[in-house]
Amino acid sequence: MPSTLPCRAGVGLKPEHYRTILAEAPAVGFFEVHAENYMGAGGPPHRYLSAIRERYPLSLHGVGLSIGADRPLDLAHLARLKALIQRYEPSQFSEHLAWSSHGEVFLNDLLPLPYTDATLARIVDHVGQVQDALGQRLLLENPSTYVRFEESSWSEIDFLAEIARRSGCGLLLDVNNVFVSATNHGFAAEAYVDAFPLGEVGEIHLGGHAPEADEAGAVLLIDAHDRAVADPVWQLYERVPQRTGPLPTLIEWDDQVPAWPELLAEARRADACLAAARPHKQPRETRRAAAG
Amino acid sequence: MPQLADPQGGFAAALLDHAAALPPGLVAPSGWPVERRFRVYRNNVLAGLGSALELRFPVVRRLVGEAFFRAMARDFVLAAPPRSPLLLHYGEGLPAFIEGFAPAAELPYLADVARLENAWWRAYHAAEARPIEPAALAVTEPATLLMASAQLHPSLQLVTSPHPIVAIWATNTQDETVRPITAWTAQDALVSRPGAAVELRSLPPGGYRFLAALLAGASFAAAAEAAQAASAQFDLACNLKGMLEAGALVGIRPGAELEAGS
Repeated sequence: MPSTLPCRAGVGLKPEHYRTILAEAPAVGFFEVHAENYMGAGGPPHRYLSAIRERYPLSLHGVGLSIGADRPLDLAHLARLKALIQRYEPSQFSEHLAWSSHGEVFLNDLLPLPYTDATLARIVDHVGQVQDALGQRLLLENPSTYVRFEESSWSEIDFLAEIARRSGCGLLLDVNNVFVSATNHGFAAEAYVDAFPLGEVGEIHLGGHAPEADEAGAVLLIDAHDRAVADPVWQLYERVPQRTGPLPTLIEWDDQVPAWPELLAEARRADACLAAARPHKQPRETRRAAAG
Repeated sequence: MPQLADPQGGFAAALLDHAAALPPGLVAPSGWPVERRFRVYRNNVLAGLGSALELRFPVVRRLVGEAFFRAMARDFVLAAPPRSPLLLHYGEGLPAFIEGFAPAAELPYLADVARLENAWWRAYHAAEARPIEPAALAVTEPATLLMASAQLHPSLQLVTSPHPIVAIWATNTQDETVRPITAWTAQDALVSRPGAAVELRSLPPGGYRFLAALLAGASFAAAAEAAQAASAQFDLACNLKGMLEAGALVGIRPGAELEAGS
């Protein structure tokens, strides 16, 4: 069984920061990488990731498995994931409630799904297949969406909760995605977070979004990961550890990547939120002390 | 309501064909247009894959400028979207696309520069292997070496061109202000990654044919002969030295006659 990530702030690992991280050994709870960026045969990405893995816990985040596709899973890709997990022994693996490939064509975006009984059954099958192949529990992430489907008969929260119940997977709560979707579809982000099955959540994601407007002048938020986490997203985030106790929390910044200190400052802010929620962790600390 | 036979197929097709009608059954909050919402997905696909290409082809991008590159990348993405979730290799088809891309016709070297950048990334992501020590080769009898074939480093890549691609690559990679190319001559490139860093060299006369023959499994003698036929200036000693410097040789396989004990 893989260990779990520490209940601290982690950072999405970017090549721009490889050298700084190795030179300065910053106090960061964990690093997370996109699995697909480490599927080359060798070279600098593996050299750096190996060195960083020796010093930090690792979370593996997939962006290419297309779990929501209406086609069978790509078994070659699943095999590549398994090899990567065997090589780096990450604390956990997560993927998205979305599809990104159609047949052979990879669309490189996390595309939306109708929340129907048929989609549910297919995703439960796919999640089960992934967990069987990888020999571990998967965390499934709530998406950012820009459209919804007429035919949806489930709420997103019930849909995710039912996938978790039937497949045994855990959930990854992306608080920025909640805020983006809530704004884009006009629902209350706080109510979504409050109703989310937090007991299944193994990790939280925080990232920046880009505000745009549509023809009607309505604000449209894009899940861009190209800037700092917005203040209302921090406020939404604070609700979670207050209820669950500290959870591993990732800062995602994938585009317009800043200098390391700016990214580290975001992680420090998440750590401060987690520290404010520490009392909830008392039982676990006590257990560890007793065991030690 | 009858279900579409292939709703994701329709969605995917509309992402890549911007003239296509929107997929049916999409909703936005009341009164808000669905078109703009769907366009976010279209933009995400183009912008994400365009950025992946920009990262992989920085020299091509510098040669043509940002606006030209983005327009070309957009056409390429829509014509040839990735066939794998591994974007590490996306853009292998860009050189051939550039050759058929009319607005780039004024830059006849552009496709070969793109080939060189593809070679650079293949070397970057290639498997690890330890190059042979030059001293180990020095103790090999010349006759033994000539009959042997080469175990080449997995990162080894060759690019041949009638244009000075190495010089173009070098000044566009290293110089803040691009230096004019003084000698506009054909250049063949050897790309390797013997250690942590990718290295790029211009090959001496006949060098491309020599290494290409070794890559195809020829003995050193047969490869030298092919190189000699391609260029009378081919110099075996100089080429061996160059390939050792590039860390291109991992080992040698004894020739068949020696293995048979003759």
